[in-house]
Amino acid sequence: MADPELEELEIELLLEAVHRRYGFDFRGYAPASLKRRLQRRLRAEKLASVSALQDRVLHDPPTMERLLLDLSVNVTAMFRDPSFYAALRAKVVPLLRTYPFTRIWIAGCSTGEEVYSLAILLVEEGIYERTRIYATDINEVVLEQAKAGVFPLDKMQEYTENYARAGGDRSFSEYYLAGYEGALFARSLLDNVVFAQHNLVSDRAFNEFNLILCRNVMIYFDRALQNRVHELFYESLETFGVLGLGHKEAMSFTPHEQSYDELDAGERLYKKVR
Amino acid sequence: MKLVAIGCSWGGLAALTTVLGGLPEELDAAVVVAQHRATDESLLGSLLQRETALPVHEAVDKQALEPGAVYLAPPDYHLLVERGWIALSTEAPVQFARPSLDVLFETAADAYGADCAAVVMTGASDDGAAGFAEIAGRGGVAIVQDPAEAERSEMPAAALAAVPAATVLPLSAIPQALVEVCGTRSRV
Repeated sequence: MADPELEELEIELLLEAVHRRYGFDFRGYAPASLKRRLQRRLRAEKLASVSALQDRVLHDPPTMERLLLDLSVNVTAMFRDPSFYAALRAKVVPLLRTYPFTRIWIAGCSTGEEVYSLAILLVEEGIYERTRIYATDINEVVLEQAKAGVFPLDKMQEYTENYARAGGDRSFSEYYLAGYEGALFARSLLDNVVFAQHNLVSDRAFNEFNLILCRNVMIYFDRALQNRVHELFYESLETFGVLGLGHKEAMSFTPHEQSYDELDAGERLYKKVR
Repeated sequence: MKLVAIGCSWGGLAALTTVLGGLPEELDAAVVVAQHRATDESLLGSLLQRETALPVHEAVDKQALEPGAVYLAPPDYHLLVERGWIALSTEAPVQFARPSLDVLFETAADAYGADCAAVVMTGASDDGAAGFAEIAGRGGVAIVQDPAEAERSEMPAAALAAVPAATVLPLSAIPQALVEVCGTRSRV
């Protein structure tokens, strides 16, 4: 077994090297999950130590691309937490209806499951036409996957159940075509979606939004980095805009806790009021 | 403060009731629990709260670990232990499980080393065995429920095979063993 203190030092040096060489800053990530992901990459590269990985990452950009995927990809599902989407329909859509045009930011959209889920919901509520969804992620590879809109067929049963529990009353299969490569989702769901690379750690605010969803993305960050991202979201929300977090992400002890009212505390929906 | 990490699956509710119910409020350890559960199940915390003097929390990301409190891994999340706090993750299930006992134990071993006590109880898989071995390897205390009395013996048996030197106890004796390992804080 590796010496834990030595490994900690090696990880620190690797993250510093990745930041200086490639500009990706993982130094504020929560250590335990980061370490598990690095260990996975070590096994896949058949390397014995984090230092050896650092050597390869610095001299071989394709290794960096693989590492970036390991460090940045967040696993999710369509209509994950159906009750959250039900609350979006019941409590957020009525707010969005009051605007002639709404801008929504899905921060850390990964492979796009949440983007398609939200687009479907907005189509069904009749407000998709006057919405623009900005879907961003640090990683261009996952953005390409999200744009392609092909998801594994064996997930469709789970997603169909989630969709129904989230208040969907159509046949979920209306939204995709089953093919060899998987379930291809309707291109029209992307009509009002803009995909863009954006790094929550280092990039600035780029627009003002009526709704920001960032679910189960910040759980990989340490508290200090979470606070910085909360700052970014606060700056990016219009007054009375809504922030949606994951079920187990608390707003308490964040810098702008006092600036939000609970729209639905259990579903982690917060309205910016000041 | 020490850390107690408990893992269980099939039959876990009854086992947790006995063990948590037998722990004193003054226990000088945070108790973190991974119990395999359905993705939409939300009753475990309130059921256990009725049976124990310790406050039972459904864990929230970045929650601070306090002595004498119980933290449950929420359904559909892994619970990772950092020194003094909890991190959650939605990374892929490990051996079909999320929460995974191995993820809990491995991160607990990393963060708390010899200050960690692990308990593996009833369950019908071998999840947890690898992490249990890591805790033992770092000098932590390893306790398994006696497989002979467990509702399902596979999980404690796999843990015992991974750590043959682990202490084997009936459920009823586990609380006292944890008190001896962790000690108690004097009442404020």
